[in-house]
Amino acid sequence: MPVLEVLNIHKQFGKTEVLKGIDFQMDEGQVVSVIGSSGSGKTTLLRCITGLETADCGKITVGGRTTFDSTDNRKLTKAEKRENQLCTGLVFQSFNLFPQYTVLRNVTLAKELLVKEECKQQKCPRNEMKARISEIEETAKQIIDSVGLSDKLANYPCELSGGQQQRVAIARALMLSPKVLCFDEPTSALDPEITGEVLSVIRKLADEGRTMLIVTHEMGFAHEVSNEVVFMSDGVIAERGTPDEVFDHPKNARLQEFLSATLRA
Amino acid sequence: MSFMQVTTDLFTGFYENLIIFFVTLLGAIPLGLLITFGSMSRFRPIQWLTKTFIWVIRGTPLMLQLFVVLYIPGLLFGVPMRSRMTAALVAFIINYSAYFSEIFRGGIESISKGQYEAGQVLGMTKTQVFFKVVLLQVVKRIVPPMGNEIITLVKDTSLARVIAIAELIMAAERYAGKGYIWPLFYTGVFFLVFNGLLTLLFGFIEKKLDFYKG
Ligand SMILES: Nc1ncnc2c1ncn2[C@@H]1O[C@H](COP(=O)(O)OP(=O)(O)OP(=O)(O)O)[C@@H](O)[C@H]1O
Ligand SMILES: [Mg+2]
Repeated sequence: MPVLEVLNIHKQFGKTEVLKGIDFQMDEGQVVSVIGSSGSGKTTLLRCITGLETADCGKITVGGRTTFDSTDNRKLTKAEKRENQLCTGLVFQSFNLFPQYTVLRNVTLAKELLVKEECKQQKCPRNEMKARISEIEETAKQIIDSVGLSDKLANYPCELSGGQQQRVAIARALMLSPKVLCFDEPTSALDPEITGEVLSVIRKLADEGRTMLIVTHEMGFAHEVSNEVVFMSDGVIAERGTPDEVFDHPKNARLQEFLSATLRA
Repeated sequence: MSFMQVTTDLFTGFYENLIIFFVTLLGAIPLGLLITFGSMSRFRPIQWLTKTFIWVIRGTPLMLQLFVVLYIPGLLFGVPMRSRMTAALVAFIINYSAYFSEIFRGGIESISKGQYEAGQVLGMTKTQVFFKVVLLQVVKRIVPPMGNEIITLVKDTSLARVIAIAELIMAAERYAGKGYIWPLFYTGVFFLVFNGLLTLLFGFIEKKLDFYKG
């Protein structure tokens, strides 16, 4: 069964139709890259999947849970909304770390709020809550270590380089163990010489079998890390296939044009 | 007429300024916050109403507002304001809440959408995002403009004398009426010292919030 299923997603901003019926699915442990020219709707698609934008029409299922269904008019409860939200994670192009918190706190905050709320609901004793919170801290430290920043736990985002900040953002998303982790051009805001450190973290996650959906302009990276590449053009998926098929034997004329343009650049 | 005598008298006057100052702060900050939410409301009529309120309050002199609050209840509803101090406090709170609300709105709107979205995708509720992510950043940004406005408030409290509240400058004017001008200039010291203390306080708060940039 696919872990992410996107069915006939349409999205319009005012009169401009940005997504014109997107269908695709991905299996557990797969890495899918989304490429396409500027304005083709890649970000909008990710935002619909991660719940930042509400599609006009269509259905999204993550790990068997329907997180969006335009035919279902029922009002979701807060708990359901949150449950849906936690199915996916998103790493932003511009990191969006919380500037007033240390690296460790950036990573633990959301999980801690979640656990505290759970504890309050289940009326569990104080020391149990404390134990669970210190557990969170341990997990966070391991995750931060896995992105290579264990020496920066107590630093604030403003004290880190862009690459380091993005790695914290990845750790922060991982902390909530989303079923699908989405990336929106995770290296586009970085200087070329430090994109490598972020890409290698993503590569490592791919090796660990994380399910990831990555919008990227790094063609070489997409080729190497993905199981499947999706080419979006003008609000539709114009072509999809293995990296070899898409990059080396493109069939769609738009894709051929796009690839030769990016190669020339 | 000794220096001590004048000082004591002026302190009695300044006490009124201080009451207006502190009560206005206490009232105008929460009211200002309420107005901020109104002016940012997605419900058009409320937004329109608060914007009009802000326009009227900022567009007319505080001095005029003092008279309006003092006389309108009597003229319109036949219930005269019993206490001139109450009238002054009401006018000051309304006036300053309008200014504060604009500072708050500026602060809240200066926080990038990305902060809210980051909170949302991490599964935080709107309330959690506001209190845990946005609030401190807003506070940090509004400390300088609030400092400005609050220092203006200290000086504005003297306007209360137009509705015959015996505040500091009015106390000094009594001496002027008797031919002694210097107590009038002496009042400046009271304002300077008090505003100096406030400046130090705001400097301290700014420094406290300087542990991160951005
Ligand atoms: N909130 C919005 N309101 C109006 N139009 C929008 C909004 N968000 C996106 N659009 C429009 O939707 C189209 C697709 O935007 P989107 O950001 O999804 O493209 P993209 O493929 O991510 O491009 P890029 O590679 O430049 O990031 C663009 O024409 C954009 O102007
Ligand atoms: Mg984009």
